[in-house]
Amino acid sequence: MNWVGRSLRRVEDPALLRGQGRFVDDFPHRATARFVRSPLASGVIEDVRGEAFTVADLDADGVSEIVCELRRPDFVKVPQPLLARGRVRYVGEPVAVVVGSTPEEAEDLAEQVELDIRPTQPVVDLDSALAPDAPLLHPEATGGNVVVEGSFATPGLAEALASAHLVVDMEITSRRQCAMPLEGRGSVASTNPADDRTTLYASVQSPHMVRTGICDALGLPEVDLRVVAPDVGGGFGQKLPLAREDAVMVWLSRRLGTSVAWVEDRAENLSAAWHSREQRYRVKGGFDDEGRMLALEADILCNTGAWSCYPITWGVEPLMALGELPGPYRLGEYGVRSRGVCTNTCPTSPYRGVSRPVLTLAVERLMDSAAGRLGLDPAEIRHRNLPEEFPHRSPMGYYLDEGSYRQSLTAALAEMDMEDFRRRQADARSKGGRLPGLGISTFAERTGYGTPAFAARGMSVTVGYENVALAMDPSGYLTLRIGASPHGQGLHTALTQIVAEEVGVHPQRVRIISGDTDNTPYGWGSFASRSAVLAGGAAQIAARELARKIAALAAEEMEAAPEDILLDSGMATVAGTSQGRSIDELARIAHHQPQRMPKGLGPGLRTEAGYDPAGTFSNACHVAEVEVDPHTGGVQLKRFVVVEDAGRLINPMIVDGQIRGGVTQGIANALLEEVIYDPDGNILTTSLMDFLPPTAAEIPDIAIIHLETVTDSSITGAKGLGEGGAIGAPAAVINAVNDAIAHLGAEVNEMPATPERVRAAIRSAAAAIGDRADAAGAVERSEAA
Amino acid sequence: MTESSITGLLESDCKTRLRLSVNGTERTVEVEPRRTLADALRDDCGLTGTHLGCEHGVCGACTVLIDGNPVRSCLMFAVQAADVDIRTVEGMASPDGTLNPLQESFMRHHGLQCGFCTPGFLLLSEAVLAARPDIDDAELREALSSNLCRCTGYQGIIDAVRAVRDAV
Repeated sequence: MNWVGRSLRRVEDPALLRGQGRFVDDFPHRATARFVRSPLASGVIEDVRGEAFTVADLDADGVSEIVCELRRPDFVKVPQPLLARGRVRYVGEPVAVVVGSTPEEAEDLAEQVELDIRPTQPVVDLDSALAPDAPLLHPEATGGNVVVEGSFATPGLAEALASAHLVVDMEITSRRQCAMPLEGRGSVASTNPADDRTTLYASVQSPHMVRTGICDALGLPEVDLRVVAPDVGGGFGQKLPLAREDAVMVWLSRRLGTSVAWVEDRAENLSAAWHSREQRYRVKGGFDDEGRMLALEADILCNTGAWSCYPITWGVEPLMALGELPGPYRLGEYGVRSRGVCTNTCPTSPYRGVSRPVLTLAVERLMDSAAGRLGLDPAEIRHRNLPEEFPHRSPMGYYLDEGSYRQSLTAALAEMDMEDFRRRQADARSKGGRLPGLGISTFAERTGYGTPAFAARGMSVTVGYENVALAMDPSGYLTLRIGASPHGQGLHTALTQIVAEEVGVHPQRVRIISGDTDNTPYGWGSFASRSAVLAGGAAQIAARELARKIAALAAEEMEAAPEDILLDSGMATVAGTSQGRSIDELARIAHHQPQRMPKGLGPGLRTEAGYDPAGTFSNACHVAEVEVDPHTGGVQLKRFVVVEDAGRLINPMIVDGQIRGGVTQGIANALLEEVIYDPDGNILTTSLMDFLPPTAAEIPDIAIIHLETVTDSSITGAKGLGEGGAIGAPAAVINAVNDAIAHLGAEVNEMPATPERVRAAIRSAAAAIGDRADAAGAVERSEAA
Repeated sequence: MTESSITGLLESDCKTRLRLSVNGTERTVEVEPRRTLADALRDDCGLTGTHLGCEHGVCGACTVLIDGNPVRSCLMFAVQAADVDIRTVEGMASPDGTLNPLQESFMRHHGLQCGFCTPGFLLLSEAVLAARPDIDDAELREALSSNLCRCTGYQGIIDAVRAVRDAV
């Protein structure tokens, strides 16, 4: 029976639908902690008065800093104390912690703590942080506020740019984002006096890594801390790094000998959980007269915020941007400098797609701009630059495995009916009123990469592999324990399908255990579009080995050759005969009659496996159709098409859900969501009335077409795709907005393209071309309409 | 800070005793006047299916039904909820756990991923369909835009509710 490839309903759903999910805030505890956070972006702590624990208490207990680094000369390593020591560096930085018997009491206590902080001059944005006389955030960063700087250039770059028929030069800006899972961060720590072990229930994506990070800081052997990620209400990267607060909770529980909870509120989540993607790219693309990109040069700046994140570090955004900017395009020459710059803002961490939503926007804007100047169709210029032969080697030396880059573009445009759209667009422009626009985004998504990719970054904690342990019990049911730690993706369902198919049982016979360091093999967790590929690959290897053992036992029992045994529908049969044994019966024998097991196999039925591949590239084409109101600058999504190639689909329903969720976050990045600081470093977006996640009213139905290219780079044939939706959507939307307003001479290269920014672009275009009547006339016509 | 300070700043004499009718069951709780209905349901009644996503009335994860109307339980005090009929997600499935048609439809149409917003969406949807069994697609989308989901992109949720509407 084939289970892989079917849209089975999710095993995760019934409990969640009945309200029986167990999230961190649902675990009992005796006390509640509340962090006292800095109200200032930059300052010297003179005094902390009140009933609160501070870094002095941590120091007295010998607690050390969180340390992680990239082993490269340009990387600035800054150890991070669990509570602010001496200085505060962003609004929301935890300075002290109080404990009350209820959340209300903890809040009251926190309000009674007096912070005496002498303000100092903050640096908030990229330009002020890079200014020659800028105040320095960290004494370790002696050379300025640049904390990581990578560069790369092929030898022929300058000449290729100089001799190019056309050079397109533009600046692309992404304003600061926040992943904003609907459940914020939080944890409950309890210590058992009988054995002095602590259990931390934490809303995290990577329980094993969190345990390592906390134990390193607290000087605790890892065996004495159990980290459990229960149901986790979304993560999207924000729950990947080690939160200092989680480490403090373990310390508090051990210090007080009680169970303590910390559940952040929305204002804390928006201001003091991790932010992401405040980036600026200066890009130059050199093209020949037929639109082929010959050379690409970029200078990239990423605002890392005040601290590095464990274990990925503050190098993650700038170095990914450096490595992956060229995307899938064939390109001779490439040169780039990419810098991470620290500022007095909330620290940053990976958020679904990390830098790829922005780098894809940069290159896709270059493509559209070059097409416009060369009189080419946006689809045609992409066709001329996309790879046809695989593996395709990128300028940085990544190998893109087999994909359907051109086919996905063709399929997406056919679905959109381009001719019909251009007719409607011309019609709308002549009538005035809302302006239709259509935008394309083609991209590669690097997924499912293991140790080799992470080791290349020089990480002091190198993530990568995944391990699983599979066992069949005497009743013939299976338990798969995984190091990965899903939080809404439906990975349990997908893994039951993989195991069931290999072992020849129904998926309902497979249970998955994840997110518990006491009960799963060491692994890295769920992030970077990796779980289906890595945990899925390891599960397939383990299940195949277990199937081999069952077949060997069946062969022994039926006096047949092991290679003639077929496992299917709960039976082991001898091919071409009517002979068979139920797998239940064989499971019973393996456990209770072990003397009947073939030599070297028993007793019991269990296997372990790991998987650590180099990685595989998914690809997709996104096409967005928008309507821009030239009067208000408002943008409405009308249609959205995704043609996705993630190889073999394990559960198509789950895949579509991942795509739609990702695209929705991408649309939000492109049009709505922005974390805003004022020049003094005060954060202005601390509620969901200021920070604007999309509702059902802003998101259109998203049409999805699947292509399935076979790859050897993933043993299940599945490629990752968790981030792809978020990676491709912003460029498609921003290109669509630009397509809508291009005839006015207006251009928007900043996201989110808020009504204010779109309107400003239209106005400044009207002013710049010195022909106000033309552009403004178009506006007036629409206003009249 | 000392360990003694973690207990009992507030004495129980500022608590109010009240009766809540939740999913048809009467419960007596003692709460401070400032305790929200959401906290009373979660902490005093042990009904943790009601989730808190923002505590300022935007996300709708804490939506419960008060006399059949969808209400943000984070914006209502528990003491305001005496003498009303409160319905939470725990009251939706049959006592034996069998999912009701709306829950079943969310499962079939992949209307949930992490599940944190799900109880709020289920109750909102139930109220919308009860009030407007023939609600059209555009109005349904508008009504469901009351709540936030960060995972699904909403399509699965809308498809799920639409299917229940069309089956009636």
